[in-house]
Amino acid sequence: MENKNPDQLVDKKTTLNGTPVAEDHQEKMFIISVLTENKSGLLNGVTIVFTRRKVNIESINVSITEVEGVSRYTILVRCTREVVEKVVKQIRKLVEVLGAFVYEQEEIHYQELALYKVQTKHIMNGNKVEDLVRNNGARILVIEENYIVIEKTGHMHETHAMFEKLKPFGVLEFVRSGRIAISKSKRETTTFLKEVEEASKIKINK
Amino acid sequence: METLLAKDIEKSVKHGQKISGAEAVILSLLCEGVETVFGYPGGAIMPIYDALFQYQEELQHILVRHEQGAIHAAQGFARVSGKVGVCMATSGPGATNLITGIADAKIDSTPLVCITGQVASHLLGTDAFQETDVIGISMPVTKWNYQVTCVEEIAEVIAKAFYIAHSGRPGPVLIDITKDAQFAEAEFKYKKCESIRSYHPVPKINHDHIKQAIDLIHQAERPYMLIGQGITLSGAEKEVKAFVEKSGIPVASTLLGLSAFPPDHDLYVGYLGMHGNYGPNVLTNKCDLLIAAGMRFDDRVTGNLQTYARQAKVLHIEIDPAEIDKNVKTNVAINADAKEALALLTEKVNKRSFPDWLAEFRKCNKLETEKVINRHIYPDQGELKMGEVIHLISEKTKGEAIVVTDVGQHQMATSRYYKFRSNKSNVTSGGLGTMGFALPAAFGAKIGAPEREVIAIIGDGGFQMTLQELGSIFQYKVPVKIVVLNNNFLGMVRQWQQLFFEKRYSSTEMVNPNFTTIVSGYDIPAKKVANREEIGQAIDDMLAHQGPYFMEVMVEKEENVFPMVPSGACVTEIRLE
Repeated sequence: MENKNPDQLVDKKTTLNGTPVAEDHQEKMFIISVLTENKSGLLNGVTIVFTRRKVNIESINVSITEVEGVSRYTILVRCTREVVEKVVKQIRKLVEVLGAFVYEQEEIHYQELALYKVQTKHIMNGNKVEDLVRNNGARILVIEENYIVIEKTGHMHETHAMFEKLKPFGVLEFVRSGRIAISKSKRETTTFLKEVEEASKIKINK
Repeated sequence: METLLAKDIEKSVKHGQKISGAEAVILSLLCEGVETVFGYPGGAIMPIYDALFQYQEELQHILVRHEQGAIHAAQGFARVSGKVGVCMATSGPGATNLITGIADAKIDSTPLVCITGQVASHLLGTDAFQETDVIGISMPVTKWNYQVTCVEEIAEVIAKAFYIAHSGRPGPVLIDITKDAQFAEAEFKYKKCESIRSYHPVPKINHDHIKQAIDLIHQAERPYMLIGQGITLSGAEKEVKAFVEKSGIPVASTLLGLSAFPPDHDLYVGYLGMHGNYGPNVLTNKCDLLIAAGMRFDDRVTGNLQTYARQAKVLHIEIDPAEIDKNVKTNVAINADAKEALALLTEKVNKRSFPDWLAEFRKCNKLETEKVINRHIYPDQGELKMGEVIHLISEKTKGEAIVVTDVGQHQMATSRYYKFRSNKSNVTSGGLGTMGFALPAAFGAKIGAPEREVIAIIGDGGFQMTLQELGSIFQYKVPVKIVVLNNNFLGMVRQWQQLFFEKRYSSTEMVNPNFTTIVSGYDIPAKKVANREEIGQAIDDMLAHQGPYFMEVMVEKEENVFPMVPSGACVTEIRLE
């Protein structure tokens, strides 16, 4: 074993397959997808993991899945790869969590939904708002006497661009949903759950 | 005390007969083989205490003097018995008083089931009398918690609680039961929990990782092994010894790993960490392979991570996947129970020895013995030193006692100078560093291992944090030996003030009461010792006494614990004086 200055050896560590571990200190967006039993109070347990490490949740969505009794949390965070990996390991430790996965943007198909409330007079007088709706793939959800609600799905920059375009007309209210995502992986939830169930029955061979 | 079998308990409840939720709690505990609970009653848990009244023969309840006493006692009980410790408290302040102990048990992986009473379910969220959101408060510090609001859930939830508390990496579980669920009635049927779909306590061993580990070990010329409490928790004491003896690898222990490996063994090189031994710390940065088993690279062990074992390959054997690569990046990780993994490794490892490498540890030990150890355990002048008191207690008990320590200088002196020769004998608050831990943990330990000698070593500061538990020791005549090493200072903080804060002794000097007078009030024999000539005989008298006994030892006022790796420094920057 060579005796070098320890400081020069910082990046020498390798992973199991021998590739160098990238000390990735760059922050970026990650999607954490968590499958859980549908139990009340679990949301608190999940968010505590982030709070402890002072990682801010950009958006969070909880929904049912194709499997009865199983929920999916889709959490968007900005942090480093190293931190997100540690956070996910802690989430997996929660007793009611069935599985937790980290994705970068390229590994998922994702979408968000935005709603914009503007005064009805803007579609009555001229067709500028109507053009905006048409040209941006949005739709008008409701028309009331005083206001209309426009709905647009898309990525954050798209829904935000629409907001910027509507601004001159006066947006009364603007809301955007949390991100939801579906992974590009071929794994089926039911197959995964079978594996999870098998793993829960392993006993120590003493 | 009569031990009931689960089937007898179930039979005792007639088919179709309904029993109260409170009684279901007691029967569930009996079905889990619980014989002792530590607790304190109060409004919201009264139905359970009422049910307990008719099961006094089967289930012993130890009434403590403060709920923190109950939980630390349950911790002491669990640590020495390997069983799940059980404690009970009422809602509100009763429940919040458990929190420190729960956090302590979480960080030190102690299996506990805590049962708290809660206001009736229709009052939840209304700021009712003694209502607190104990589920919310305890969530970050429990392995699992659950609020029971209907009687039918009780047996199933308690079964789950015990399964989660003791399996995998153990930890504390809290079950909060509303008063209406305790009063309501239902049929009782108990089934032990054997698996939970979403919970995987036992990792499946990856045999490729075992093979990679063996390759790493065979390539190494200066391998070095660190063991932690995981060895004790998985009962791998024999396996680690077999592995070390075959592989020839020197082994050191963390604070909580002490008592898992024989201290007189040729391959045992000492104790790790901030106040650990010299060689085990500095040679961490000289080994070429660091094998860590059942330990989590706490910052008190590693010091500065940027300079920690950078030259070495790292092999980590650990049951909790979240600990792997958390602080120290591994080259190979075996995610497994230590007992299982070490048995497999021992089978495949080549028989070797490393005499030159071991000699380096011996050399360091010689230096430390001359510069530090001899001065602390064999001083011939001046006031009594903590080290010499611990050394004498160790000699006179032949290292066979269970030693329960609090937190501070006396704790470090004990971990350095008590030679733990018997397994499951070291009970201390490691991760959380909870002052006030030792007194209640010691009487819990004595109840968990009644046939063993249990000695609590406590500082004058920590003793006064849970001193009220003398009442529990008195009431139940628990024959623990209590040693207070008194320097009239919060010694460890004072040491840091001396070394790092220019001797500005801010709020660390204590004006203490007459401890022996207080203890005498509890009818516990109390002796005060202040000089070297008396100490040997005083320890003999203490050990010879049948029953609880208190000994206050006046020690050097401004003694420092050395060696010391300053907080955040590199392990090689260890100071001997």
